[in-house]
Amino acid sequence: MANPWVAFLLVPLVKIVVILGVVILLAAYLSFFERKILAYMQIRIGPNRVGPRGWLQPIADALKLFVKEDILPSRAEKLVYMLGPVLVTAPALVVFSVIPFGTGFTLFGAQVTPYLTDVNIGILFILGVSSVGVYGIILGGWASNNKFSLMGGLRSAAQLVSYEVPMGFSVVAVLLMANSLSLVKIVEAQKSAGVWFVFPGLVAFFIYFVCGVAETNRNPFDLPEAESELVAGFHTEYSGMKFAFYFLAEYANMIVISSIATVLFLGGWLPPFPSWLAGVWASPVFTWIPPVIWNAGWFVVKVFAFLFVYIWFRGTFPRYRFDQLMALGWKVFIPVSLVNLVAVALGVLLIGGPR
Amino acid sequence: MGNLEAMKPFPDSEEMEISFGPQHPATHGVLRVMVKLDGERIVDAKPVIGYLHRGTEKIFERETYNGAIPHTDRMDYTAAATNNQGLVGAVEKMMGITVPPRAAYIRMILAELQRIASHTIWLGTHALDIGAQSPFFYTFEEREKILDLYEEYCGARLTLNAMRVGGQPYDLPEGWSGRCRTFIDQFPARIAEWERLLTTNRIWKLRTVGVGVISAENAVEWGLTGPPLRGSGVKWDIRKVFPYDHYDDIDFEIPIGGNGDTYDRYLVRMEEMRQSVRIVQQCLARLPEGPVMAKVPKVIKPPKGELYFSVEGPKGELGYYVVSEGGANPYRLHVRPACFINLQALPEMVRGQLVADLIAVIGTLDIVLGEIDR
Amino acid sequence: MSDQQNVPPQAPSAPQAPAAPKAPWEEKPVTPVPQDARDHALVREIVAVLPDVVLEAVEFAGQITATVPCARIGEVCRTCKERLGYSFLVDLTAVDWQERPQGRFDVVYWVHRFSDSKRLRLKVNVAEGVEVPSVTGVWKVANWMEREVFDMFGIYFSDHPNLERILTWEGFNGHPLRKDFPIEGIDTGAAVYPEVYPPGGGPVAGGEGE
Repeated sequence: MANPWVAFLLVPLVKIVVILGVVILLAAYLSFFERKILAYMQIRIGPNRVGPRGWLQPIADALKLFVKEDILPSRAEKLVYMLGPVLVTAPALVVFSVIPFGTGFTLFGAQVTPYLTDVNIGILFILGVSSVGVYGIILGGWASNNKFSLMGGLRSAAQLVSYEVPMGFSVVAVLLMANSLSLVKIVEAQKSAGVWFVFPGLVAFFIYFVCGVAETNRNPFDLPEAESELVAGFHTEYSGMKFAFYFLAEYANMIVISSIATVLFLGGWLPPFPSWLAGVWASPVFTWIPPVIWNAGWFVVKVFAFLFVYIWFRGTFPRYRFDQLMALGWKVFIPVSLVNLVAVALGVLLIGGPR
Repeated sequence: MGNLEAMKPFPDSEEMEISFGPQHPATHGVLRVMVKLDGERIVDAKPVIGYLHRGTEKIFERETYNGAIPHTDRMDYTAAATNNQGLVGAVEKMMGITVPPRAAYIRMILAELQRIASHTIWLGTHALDIGAQSPFFYTFEEREKILDLYEEYCGARLTLNAMRVGGQPYDLPEGWSGRCRTFIDQFPARIAEWERLLTTNRIWKLRTVGVGVISAENAVEWGLTGPPLRGSGVKWDIRKVFPYDHYDDIDFEIPIGGNGDTYDRYLVRMEEMRQSVRIVQQCLARLPEGPVMAKVPKVIKPPKGELYFSVEGPKGELGYYVVSEGGANPYRLHVRPACFINLQALPEMVRGQLVADLIAVIGTLDIVLGEIDR
Repeated sequence: MSDQQNVPPQAPSAPQAPAAPKAPWEEKPVTPVPQDARDHALVREIVAVLPDVVLEAVEFAGQITATVPCARIGEVCRTCKERLGYSFLVDLTAVDWQERPQGRFDVVYWVHRFSDSKRLRLKVNVAEGVEVPSVTGVWKVANWMEREVFDMFGIYFSDHPNLERILTWEGFNGHPLRKDFPIEGIDTGAAVYPEVYPPGGGPVAGGEGE
């Protein structure tokens, strides 16, 4: 590309807009899917009034939240109170900058990658940035000057900190197998290994996903916002757009966790069994599909499979109690993930790995 | 007294005080619990009630006996039939009226359906409090079917007003018993379905086993009745101890627990629903022909005297104390509210446990504020 | 399912006139009559332990009521629980007999014995302003019941750990279940906030045209 302005400003800008738009829309529609899927699990119909079969419901929700009165509690810590939703939403969206949705392709004669950037410490970046989100929850809960919010914030702090550790260990297991921190390289490692990392790293995958559920404060780990205990937890006092940001962040985080799980364990944009079924995927039944759609399609399918499991959890499980949650994190997941890490390291050493 | 400072229940504490309710999603109405917390651990809890006080006992004094029945519907509004049953039973016993057997059987059917309906609400809300959302919808679906049966019988779904002194106001509609049998025959499969969701669920057991334990001696000391008492292992049910209507002709068991924890109370109530199914099946099989109303005076005037009569409501012993001066209005009509007395044990049951357990214990006591505050 | 299922229901055993074959529910009901129950086994049990406490004993519809002196109710209850096995306090309430000479209120206790499922009703006559000994030390369950009686009737219980209003609020004026309390209620205002709504006043009723 000749013009550096185009390469360094215009293209990333377009990508940012596209990714942000898609993610925010997806987060909004995720709430719709959740309501619909939950409804069918619970012998109800779910939203079906706005638009055809309720398809415009998320738009209506967003509009409603826009025009709602934005209440600022008189005894809240105003600056921090307003900072909370920002701190929780921004990292959730920033993380999408390094998630690869597919391989590069050619558009109008220029080479384009369907991700914003590929940093060589991608996974470290994700872990670092997404950890900032917890500040939004803690500060929001504290600044609300509400005891329920405070307890929600405290629960959240303890929960996120405890579950970050086993999650990190399970990610390290993948890094050992892939021998890289770059998300693109991790996917390519799975391609060259011919197997998704979910099979050699089954334990790591399980721990990662459960910790991911805990990180996003979803059932059965939704203690920070446990409705029947803490009213709405850390966002009890939030209304209008500030509440919408918390809401958006939660769903965006679900997509983040699912995307990372897809990249780390399910081969990102690769079709299932890329080497065994290579013949099948190369057959003319599939090859007419443009590669960008093909890759992104697989990515989205996998992400949605994860999201469905999230929603399924919500329809099934009761909630853990605080001490049980901590016990599960510290007494089960951390030791298991450590042992798993050692096992994976030994395996990589003995088998030789993809080095 | 009278100012806000004086209402502070723990004036010199350093722990965090937090007011659960009266507007809180898990306090089943307008219960308010002032909780003193040390971190997440409950140091003390103090229920504050009365937000729904309507002076029902005062209203009774100006009503006729039959006119008081609709007010009983509104006490425990999830169990109107058993409330009716207690009041009419008391007045009938006082006047020496024998209820025609058909009416008595209809009453038992209505009361046992009501027990099932009440327990389905309890199960749904209790599971919802503990975080399981789906059982709520499954149980309410079954409850709707019971309410449909009620609607067909007496026109009302919630506040039934379905009994009169001396018998039943209406006979069963055409085909009602068949539809009731259809419901009752499919119901045990539903219970089994709910149990598959919860009974062996690890999280459910973590949240309920050993939570809100109350020993048998303590349960008696705190006057618990109904499932909370039976969950502690005391085999005591008014239907067996002081049988009313025709419960002595019916074959049923009283389920009891052993540990007195939330899980045992859950199992007791699940089994009670099965026993209610058995009772309804037997009642339908034995339902005799005949009148549904005894010969009673136009104006109900019990003789001068006082009488206490209790029935086994879904929540516990529901007693009516009638003091009559021989007039058409009760001189005093006192209710022994099972929920009110069961709730009193709440601080005892939650002390030293976690906030989440408070919610579980409130759920397991199965309180209805309409009855507590009257 | 038991084999009893097909047996037609027994007609309930009720006093049947020998000549009339009519079913009991078609007869004029036979109302129970109060009888003196000083010789009833349950009353004798108490008298055997505490000879002079039973002032009066009445049986009505098979239920025994024993009236005991107000000052000794604590002692009677403790004896009932510890020596006669009445471990369960079923209920506790009061009745207002406004004009009665021997004390305005009846405070009524029901006690239950699990061993043979017998119930006994104890009653004390209380004049207005007289304190009744609390039985919270005997049964913990009496706590809220006595608070309710205090709230509704204004009967004070001595040695009660926490005698506060329970169904109405602190600062409520009057005791609703007294016979002289107007049935339509009183204008209480919201006495919780005296600085906003002064006592006796209350929120101004938003009547039409005012």
